[in-house]
Amino acid sequence: MKIYISIALTSLALLTACGEKPQSLGGVKSDAAPHTGVGASQYAVPGWKAGDKTAWEQQLRSRSQGQNDYSRAN
Amino acid sequence: MARMKFICDAERCIECNGCVTACKNEHEVPWGVNRRRVITLNDGIPGEKSISVACMHCSDAPCMAVCPVSCFYRTDEGVVLHDKDVCIGCGYCSYACPFGAPQFPSQGTFGVRGKMDKCTFCAGGPEDNGSQAEFEKYGRNRLAEGKLPACAEMCSTKALIAGDGDVVADIFRNRVLKRGKGAELWGWQSAYGANSGKTPAQSAVK
Repeated sequence: MKIYISIALTSLALLTACGEKPQSLGGVKSDAAPHTGVGASQYAVPGWKAGDKTAWEQQLRSRSQGQNDYSRAN
Repeated sequence: MARMKFICDAERCIECNGCVTACKNEHEVPWGVNRRRVITLNDGIPGEKSISVACMHCSDAPCMAVCPVSCFYRTDEGVVLHDKDVCIGCGYCSYACPFGAPQFPSQGTFGVRGKMDKCTFCAGGPEDNGSQAEFEKYGRNRLAEGKLPACAEMCSTKALIAGDGDVVADIFRNRVLKRGKGAELWGWQSAYGANSGKTPAQSAVK
């Protein structure tokens, strides 16, 4: 009887070891929008409120004008 | 807000590689990986032109189309990003990209390819904004800090401009009108589509 049980347990262990593991990907993680900010970071620039999309867009728009040397010079 | 775009003005680029240095420093990009680089056409011949090249965050990105594990995604701002936890480093994207943007760090034995790395428009990746995990995998998230890409902000001659597509197109259009030449925009049609209308400069020079 003991032999049957040990054979059954060994077979179960072998079959489990040979079993196929799922290989499906979890997919791309969701990414938070940039207007949500980076929290209390020393690198975040002032002048806009994190979470306010309109303020963030305005901040980027005004910062873009730093690349416009015609408006900077005149 | 329109989509985020890069413009490189070949009339202004002086091949200083400031953009390359700024990018590598900002994101602590490993040795052998250049998210941005400067290409010089007709080098040494009078009239040579230089352009700064990186991922252009295409409207219809070929890298996204060919990726077998769909690791790419596009943000609401039009920035093409990827998840390094999903990337298998197969290299298909590097064959598909017309700008040579995808980079593969060679590390480990037999020059095995690592996860793909590319310009993120300084928008990080799918980790928490501003987190250490995001920095280590993708670099700084300057957009979430309220800034623009470091390469463009560091450009000494403002040859490279980045930001909202409408704003940067207006800046470039104004330049072309003032100087009366240099309307060609390298890579614009490839990245943003032949059917996306006239380039900023084409609409400036009538």
